[in-house]
Amino acid sequence: MSEATVAAPRAKRRANSAYPSWFYLPAALVYAALFLFPTVASLFFSLTRWTLFDATFIGFDNFAQFFREPFLVKGLINTLIYAVMTSGLKVVLGFLLAVLLTSQIMARGYLRSVLFFPVLVSTVGVGITFTVMMHPTTGVINETLGLFGIKGPGWLTDPNLALFSVALVDVWKGVGLATVIYIAGIVSIPQEYYEASLIDGASAWDNFWNITLPLAKPATVTVIILSLIGGLRSFDLIWAMTKGGPGFTSDVIASVIYKQYQAGFYGLSTAGNVVLFIMVAIIIIPLSGFLNRQGDGQ
Amino acid sequence: MRSKFTGTLLGGLAAGLMLSASFVGAAMAQDVTLSFLVDNTDASTVTVAQALADAFMEKNPDIAIELETRPGGGEGDNIVKTRLATGEMADVFLYNAGSLFQAINPQQNLMPLTAEPFEANVIDTFQKTVTAGGEVFGVPFATAMGGGVMYNKKIYADLGLSVPKTWDEFMANNEKIKAAGKVAVIQSFADTWTSQLFVLGDFYNVVTAEPDFAEKYTGNQAKYATDPAAIKGFERQEAVFKAGYLNEDFAAAKFDDAIRMLATGEGAHYPMLSFAAGSVVSNYPENQADVGFFALPGDDATKNGLTAWMPSSLYIPKTTEHADQAKAFLAFVASTEGCDVQTKAVGVTGPYLIKDCTLPADVPAVVADLLPYFQRDGGTAPALEFLSPIKGPALEQITVEVGSGIRSAADGAALYDEDVKKQAQQLGLAGW
Repeated sequence: MSEATVAAPRAKRRANSAYPSWFYLPAALVYAALFLFPTVASLFFSLTRWTLFDATFIGFDNFAQFFREPFLVKGLINTLIYAVMTSGLKVVLGFLLAVLLTSQIMARGYLRSVLFFPVLVSTVGVGITFTVMMHPTTGVINETLGLFGIKGPGWLTDPNLALFSVALVDVWKGVGLATVIYIAGIVSIPQEYYEASLIDGASAWDNFWNITLPLAKPATVTVIILSLIGGLRSFDLIWAMTKGGPGFTSDVIASVIYKQYQAGFYGLSTAGNVVLFIMVAIIIIPLSGFLNRQGDGQ
Repeated sequence: MRSKFTGTLLGGLAAGLMLSASFVGAAMAQDVTLSFLVDNTDASTVTVAQALADAFMEKNPDIAIELETRPGGGEGDNIVKTRLATGEMADVFLYNAGSLFQAINPQQNLMPLTAEPFEANVIDTFQKTVTAGGEVFGVPFATAMGGGVMYNKKIYADLGLSVPKTWDEFMANNEKIKAAGKVAVIQSFADTWTSQLFVLGDFYNVVTAEPDFAEKYTGNQAKYATDPAAIKGFERQEAVFKAGYLNEDFAAAKFDDAIRMLATGEGAHYPMLSFAAGSVVSNYPENQADVGFFALPGDDATKNGLTAWMPSSLYIPKTTEHADQAKAFLAFVASTEGCDVQTKAVGVTGPYLIKDCTLPADVPAVVADLLPYFQRDGGTAPALEFLSPIKGPALEQITVEVGSGIRSAADGAALYDEDVKKQAQQLGLAGW
């Protein structure tokens, strides 16, 4: 083989790509072993009755079972409520806090860090702490309310309230991140707009409504997408605080899947994971497309 | 992986050092470290396991036993199944007998012990609960238990109550206790497993009404929702909630809170397994004489009896590299000497399931109330989980819902039937 024939294809490849093929191989292997194979395997196992020791192919029975069960459907609804509620609150609170923390207030750096600290704390630690604080009779929240003569509810033990209590803790823990994203979005808005509107005699409300809010749209898109995905697959906080209880009332799809796994229904819980994956994809892909299109239009 | 590695390493090191000292039959001569996995649901389990290991090591200086603990409940099931499936199980491990034992695929994963001489010491009733495909796989750890109601004897004495033999008497007692300003029934739903006793502990009454319930249930012919005897457990749990007999913080209280309330006389009744006597003895020794026990009452006072729980069992996985030493340890546990070690470690918690084991005369009040049921012919019936391989895993959440008024008894029973069906299908039973 002459040198010329070897060099020619190489040169050609180099023209299309910055690196030779072998350069991609390690990453491709890691990707195939850790991501591609498990994805395909889980699709297969979701169609089986699997005991870890052996698997029997049962078609779509697991999916039929998954949707037939009342507490699994309840978990699905709770997941949506939880995701929309935490995401919505993070957007609204995060934005308002960002407006506050980009203004000329005292100790701004300190306040910003304080707001961000909960993001850095372990979720399970936060969950356990709030569980103790939310105890219906001996928790600090209800004891404080008691000082004012108010009988506080069972935050985590009232079946109508448990999910919302956990969602509020999630917002407390996560709003710092949303705020940071918003702060970055707001400070990147050029000052010229505000100067122009000052000359036009616009009020502070006009500035907020017509300049800050629309120009922070990319930040809003990021916050919505991140917090919605986070909310849909939320598990750690709920498990640490209520384990889906009382009964099944605060179960979300991830905690249902985990319980199926604990009970040894490995095929069923894998099917649940596939459902979760599809659900997240169905919600996030069009939403992301829609929000980004809107963002480009501005 | 790590435990196996250190095991081999230690074994190898020790073998090198002790080469000259050990000439007791070629293969068994070297020093061996056995790993021993137990759950830590109750502190006394670990204490007993350690005491047995220590006593065994004293007798067999060439075998060391290293205790390893795991959580109980669903998380523990998960650990046991995963470690068995991956071949990483400890040389000896503690796990439930009965339906949970059936779910770990014993014929594939465990070492059969049918032919071992020490199995002859094990009482038949227990052997049945660790038998699969005609082979016996375990030896009992600790004692048999009863599922019923632990009660505060002081409250009973103060109010002039007597131990109820029927459900109506029980409810009448509850009314009087409530009127006296005490908590009639303690529940601790923060530890969800504690919620199941009204249903599971009622099985003696189910089986006296319908002796073949367990077979029909396993064969997909009897359902909790439609069987008039079986649904009563759910209905009674609902009735107790509706009558307002529960402690105010029933939804947030934990097992330890319930034991405190019961021992100190804040509450009168706690539906529980009798092993909880151990927690009373160790946490509230000055109150241990105040806590007694009775079986969950049914409709007929003449047919009063106890739903009995078999203790957990010790098993050896097929993957062990030290089968002979592991068997020697099991032989020690299944001997009268093993019983005495356990009694010495935590006192008596119930009758042993090893032949010829004796109990001291001085036993805690709960156990004193428990033993007569076992001594009377037909005084006990094993719980359903020891007669049938199927136990639905979501029962504890369902009984929390029924017991806190979130779901009706009929609804809860029907939901549980669905759960049972799922488990039966997972086990691959015929007829589902």
